[in-house]
Amino acid sequence: MTNNINTKRTAWWKILCVALLVYTFIAGLLIKVPNLPLLGQTSRNLFFHVGMWMAMMTLFTVSVVNAIRYLRTFNLRYDIYSRQYATVGIVFGLLGYATGSIWMSYTWADPNNPLFKSFSALAREPKLIGAAIALLIYFAYLVLRDSISDIDKRARIGAVYNIFAYAMLFPSIWIVPRILPSLHPGQEGNPALELKDVNQFMRMVEWPAFIGWALLGVWITTLKIRLNLLKERKLMQ
Amino acid sequence: MAIEQPEPRVWNGLFWVIQLFICINAVAKSFLQESRGRMLYFYSIASPSDFVLAKLLFNSLLMLVMSLLSIVLFSLFLSNPIQKAGPFIGLVLLGGWSLSLVFTFLAAIAAKAQQNAAIMAVLGFPLIIPQLLLLMKLSNAAFNPVLTIPLSTVLLLVALDVMIIMLAVILFPFLWRD
Repeated sequence: MTNNINTKRTAWWKILCVALLVYTFIAGLLIKVPNLPLLGQTSRNLFFHVGMWMAMMTLFTVSVVNAIRYLRTFNLRYDIYSRQYATVGIVFGLLGYATGSIWMSYTWADPNNPLFKSFSALAREPKLIGAAIALLIYFAYLVLRDSISDIDKRARIGAVYNIFAYAMLFPSIWIVPRILPSLHPGQEGNPALELKDVNQFMRMVEWPAFIGWALLGVWITTLKIRLNLLKERKLMQ
Repeated sequence: MAIEQPEPRVWNGLFWVIQLFICINAVAKSFLQESRGRMLYFYSIASPSDFVLAKLLFNSLLMLVMSLLSIVLFSLFLSNPIQKAGPFIGLVLLGGWSLSLVFTFLAAIAAKAQQNAAIMAVLGFPLIIPQLLLLMKLSNAAFNPVLTIPLSTVLLLVALDVMIIMLAVILFPFLWRD
């Protein structure tokens, strides 16, 4: 009974998510983008590459909010939420790397240099290192949380580290790369969000794309959460 | 010595990496060496926020002394390429303070997780890299008379440290109860 009501109430954002992503793919590949030197048509990747990072940040934020909720209520359900959001956030981070490396191979890689030589220059990018640090922090969170066998202790220590790590994460991916010199766009201000960076047609795809990807991440996570809650219930019995 | 008089940049890099390892080894002991009985005793006489503040204070002082010692040893053994001694010592003290704060809190987490010191390195390295990058970048200016040290970055580091102290005071009570 309750299930029926729930599906009706929660289905709208899933439909929205599919609609937004279909729109992103169709419009993102078909609209006219300005043919800038160097960038050319690759700027379409904006809808996918930046979308991944937006989804990752959204998921990590939801994860830390659930960690705080756990510490306030000591309800183990929030601990599962928190862990699953972090896991899916990591997946989106890795996808962000994948899309970024495709983009990079068309814009940054120097055709006059052999591949490994241009790679060693690119690997020192502060933005890449910052994102790698973010992922490592969350891998460390998974290692810490899953290494403790006591359920309550695991949840409590995991939540504490999650909050602490999130607070340290912000400087590493929002502030530090802006202080160090970099090839990556976004030295001053927010890349792709400023008016001068993106024309109005791209903006009409950009924001729906970001929301669509974030919704997709949340959707995947809710499925994982349901699975884990079932597993946990089986353990309890 | 294997490298007699390294270049300033190498000196700087080596110095901060050694600071990091000094900090891990010095601070890890503060929580991991406490026996269960003694923790119980502290639990009965002090509130968790007082306890964590005391730990932070002690480790900060310990790390400040260690930092000064390592400057002295570095300049004795690896020559002294520092052009601006005052700002460099200031940065080293600030850096030592930051490192000790982060690792004190991580040591508390690692101790509660009943893990060895290895988990502290796993938890701590990704967290400390941004600060270490900033510190190295800033202290590079102390080796070059032309460069100035940007005050905003120093303030950023101080703000980070204040944030860590606040987080430690807020979050430690949750680790404490057992």
